[in-house]
Amino acid sequence: MNCRSEVLEVSVEGRQVDEAMLALLHTILLHRSTGKFHYKKEGTYSIGTVGTQDVDCDFIDFTLVRVSSDELDRVIRKAVAEFKDALGNSGSDGMGQISLEFYQKKKSRWPFSDECIPWEVWSIKVNVVNLANEQERQICREKVGEKLGEKVINIVEVINRHEYLPKMPTQSEVYNVFDTSLKDVQPYLYKITYQITDSLGTSVSTTMRRLIKDTLAL
Amino acid sequence: MDSDLSSQDRKDLDKFIKFFALKTVQIIVQARLGEKISTCSSSSPTGSDWFNLAIKDIPEVTHESKKALAGQLPGIGRSMCVEISLKTSEGDSMELETWCLEMNEKCDKDIKVSYTVYNRLSLLLKSLLAITRVTPAYKLSRKQGHDYVILYRIYFGDVQLTGLGEGFQSVRVGVVGTPIGTITLSCAYRTNLALMSSRQFERTGPIMGIIIDHFVERPFTNMAHMHPCSYRTPGEDEGGTYAGIEDSQEVCTTSFSTSPPSQVMPSLSGEMHSDVLCMCGTQVTTTSLDLPFAAFTPRANDLEVNDPMVHPPPSPAPSSPLQGSLHSNSSSHSGGQPQDDFVMVDFKPAFSKDDLLPMDLGTFYREFQNPPQLASLSIDVSAQSMAEDLDSLPEKLAIYEKNIDEFDAFVDTLQ
Repeated sequence: MNCRSEVLEVSVEGRQVDEAMLALLHTILLHRSTGKFHYKKEGTYSIGTVGTQDVDCDFIDFTLVRVSSDELDRVIRKAVAEFKDALGNSGSDGMGQISLEFYQKKKSRWPFSDECIPWEVWSIKVNVVNLANEQERQICREKVGEKLGEKVINIVEVINRHEYLPKMPTQSEVYNVFDTSLKDVQPYLYKITYQITDSLGTSVSTTMRRLIKDTLAL
Repeated sequence: MDSDLSSQDRKDLDKFIKFFALKTVQIIVQARLGEKISTCSSSSPTGSDWFNLAIKDIPEVTHESKKALAGQLPGIGRSMCVEISLKTSEGDSMELETWCLEMNEKCDKDIKVSYTVYNRLSLLLKSLLAITRVTPAYKLSRKQGHDYVILYRIYFGDVQLTGLGEGFQSVRVGVVGTPIGTITLSCAYRTNLALMSSRQFERTGPIMGIIIDHFVERPFTNMAHMHPCSYRTPGEDEGGTYAGIEDSQEVCTTSFSTSPPSQVMPSLSGEMHSDVLCMCGTQVTTTSLDLPFAAFTPRANDLEVNDPMVHPPPSPAPSSPLQGSLHSNSSSHSGGQPQDDFVMVDFKPAFSKDDLLPMDLGTFYREFQNPPQLASLSIDVSAQSMAEDLDSLPEKLAIYEKNIDEFDAFVDTLQ
C-alpha cells in the first residue's frame, strides 16, 4: 500500500505562523477524528459524538473549525509553537515544513519493535515574509485568509476522494489504528514532525541524504 | 437497480439521506447566523447525535426543511437547495450563494450502507462545516447588522443559479456513492461583490439616529425578517424561473438576531409568519422594542398599512438592485421618511397627549419660551417710520423745554 502524500504551501508573516498552521492542522484532524469507541460484547461498537468549535484568528481574516477537544488543541498548539521557535531560531530565511503523518502500527515479532506504517502524510510548507508597514500587514491579513480558504478546499477535496482508510479495528487492535489517549475524541494515530530549511535552500534532511549517498558512492 | 439492496438497507439508506439533508441545512443556516458556533464532544454516545456529530437542531430550521421536502427525499432530478441572500436596510436584496444537495445516477452497488455510507456522510458533514466558513458569505454574515441581514430559503427541485450574477464560482464539498445513486454536495457563490466592499457593510452607527431621537419613524419598517419568501413574486427579472418549484417553494424567510424570538413578536402585526426568528445581533430589531416611549411610535395598525406582508409591494428591482440603491437615497419601500442628511423631526415632547390637555404642552412651551416684549418696544412705536419721527420731533422738543426745571432738579439729585 502506498502512502498518500499531500503538500500544501503558504506564505505568511511571522506572527501569522501559529494561526495558519493551527488552521490547516485542525482542519485535517477534524476529518481524521472520530468519537470515542465503546466496544460491546458481541464485537460491535458504538461511537461517541464529536463537537466542533469556531475559532477566530487574531492575525488573519479567517475562522477555523476544530474538533471540540481542549486536550487535542493543546497538543497541536505545543507542536506548532515548537515549529515556530525552530523557524525563528534557525537564522534561515524563514522557510520550513511541518508534517502531519497518519500511521498504523503493525505488531512485529520480538525482538523487533512495532512498525509504524504511514498511510497519509500532509506536509505544510511555510515561507515567512517580513512586511514593512501596517498597510502591507492589513493586506496580508486578508490575502492569507483567502489562501487558507483555498487550502481548506484542497484538503476537503483530497479527503472526499475516499481513498484508503484503515479498516475499523477490533477492540484488541484499536490501539494500532487510533490514538485512544484523549478522553473526548479519537483521532487516527498521528505524529507531527518538522524540518527547517537552511539559508542555502536545502533542508537538513536533504543534506544528510546527500552525505550518505556520497559516502556510499566512494 | 435496487434489487440488490435489501429492504432493511433501503430503509436505512432513506433514513440516512433524510437526516443528512436536515443536518446539511442546519449547518449551512447556523453558519450564517453571524456568530461563532460551538458544540461539545461527548465520549458516551447518546444515540441521538446523527452521524456522530454534535449539530444542534434549530426547530424552525428543521420545520422549514421538512416543509420544503414535503415528505420526499433528495434524489435523482430532485435537488434540495439552500439559498443564502443578503437584504439591505433599504429593501434591496442579492443572492450570495446556493448550496445544492443533488443525486446523480452513478451507483455503487457494493458499498455497505450501514457502515461505509454512514461514515462517509459524516465526513461530508465535517467538510461542510469547514467549507461554510470559507466562502465569501461567511464574512458578510459575521458583519450583518444595521445595514443588512442574511436570509435563507430552502427549495426542492431544479437548481436556480441565475441570481448569483456573472462569473459565480463553484466549490464541491464532496460526494458519497450509494447503491441508489451518488450524493453530491456543492456550493455556487457570487463573486461579483464589487458593490459590496466590506467597508460599506462594517458596523456603523444607526442610519436614522433612532437611538438619539425616539420619535423618528422606524427606518426598518419593511425589514426582511417580516417578509415571507413568497414576497419574491414570480416573473421578476431574475429569469422568472420559479414555475418549477412554486409548489414546494419555501414560504418563510428568516433573518437572525441575538434577541430571543419573544422580544420581536409583540409589536408586529398578526400576519407575521410564525417561524420568524430574528438573530442578527444588532439593534435593528431590538431597538424599536427597547424605545422608552415605544407607545408614541406609530401604532401596529399604522405599520400594517406599510407592511408588505399584508400588502405585497410591487416586484423589486432587477438583479443588481444595489447599484441604484446604494448611491441614491430613493427606496421603493420607504415608509415616507426622507433620507436626507437632515432629518425633519416633529417635536413631540414626552408625556404629551393631545386629547387630555386643553393646550398642547408643545404650544404652551413655544409661547412662553421667551419673555414677553417690553411695552416701550411695542409694535406701535417701532412701526413708525423715520419721516414720522422727524415730524414729531419739534413737538417733543417743545414739551421738554417746558419741563426743563424738572430735568435740572433730577440731574441735581444725581450729583
